[in-house]
Amino acid sequence: MSLDSTLVGRTFPATPPYRVSHEKVTEFARATGTPYAADGPVPATFPIVLAFAAMNDFLDAVGVDLSRIVHGEQKFAYERPIRTGDVLTTALTVASLRQIGGNDIIGTRSDVTDADGALVCSTSAVLVHRGGTA
Amino acid sequence: MSIPSGIEAGTVLETRTYPVTRATLVRYAGASGDFNPIHWSDRVATAVGLPGVIAHGMLTQALAARAVAEWTADWSDGAPAQVVELGAKFTNPVVVPDDDTGIELVVAGTVKAVDGDLVTLALEVTAGGTKVLGNPRAVVRA
Repeated sequence: MSLDSTLVGRTFPATPPYRVSHEKVTEFARATGTPYAADGPVPATFPIVLAFAAMNDFLDAVGVDLSRIVHGEQKFAYERPIRTGDVLTTALTVASLRQIGGNDIIGTRSDVTDADGALVCSTSAVLVHRGGTA
Repeated sequence: MSIPSGIEAGTVLETRTYPVTRATLVRYAGASGDFNPIHWSDRVATAVGLPGVIAHGMLTQALAARAVAEWTADWSDGAPAQVVELGAKFTNPVVVPDDDTGIELVVAGTVKAVDGDLVTLALEVTAGGTKVLGNPRAVVRA
C-alpha cells in the first residue's frame, strides 16, 4: 500500500497538552543511562516522547501499522531548553513523500510548542514504511 | 559554562562503550512510549523482513547523546551542556540477540568546530565494528 501524495503539506491535529515531569524525565534518563540533574538540561532526545505520540496519531490517521515503520533519520533543533513543568503540544506536518522499491519514504516535521504557543523544539524525521504483503 | 582549554577543532574525545541487551530495549520502550514490536518480538521483526529484534534507532541516538552529556559534563562542574542541535541517519539496523550480553554500542567523538559558545561535535557510532548512524552530530552551548 502506498500513501497518497496529497498528504504532503498537511498538518495533523496537535497532541493533547503534555506536562513534563521530573519523574518522567528521570525514567527516560535512567533508561538511557544519561546524566540528568533536576535543574539541568533534559536528555537531548527526550522530545521524541512527544514526537512519537504525534507520529502514532499520524499513523492511525493514515492507516499505517507501526510494525511496518522503520526510522530512517531524526533531527532536533532546540529554540530553548525543555524544563520540568513545561506544558507542551506537538503538531506533525508531512514534509515530503516518495516511493522507492515498494516502500514509502515519509519526511515529517513535528514542532513542539509550549503553553504560550512558542516553539521549543523542532524535530524532523524520515520514516520508512516498508511495503509487502503481511 | 565556558569552553575549557584543550577543547578546540580536532580534539578527540574519550570513546564510550555502552552495553545494550533485550532488557535495555524493554526499558527504553517503556520510558519512550515506543512499543513497536520490531524492538521486542522476533516473530514480528522477521515477518517484516528484519534479521531479528533491532534496537530502537532512537535508543542508539539517545546513547550518542549520552556520550555528549558525559563529555560535556567533564568540561565543567559536572552539568551536561545544553544541546542545541542533534541529528543522525539510521543507516544499519542494530540487531540485539536474546542473550545475557547483548551488544556493545561504541560512541567516538571529535570536536569539529568551536564558534563563540557553540561547539560542534562529529560522532561515530558503531556496533560490532559496523557504523550504525550516518553523519551523527551534535551542537552544544558550552
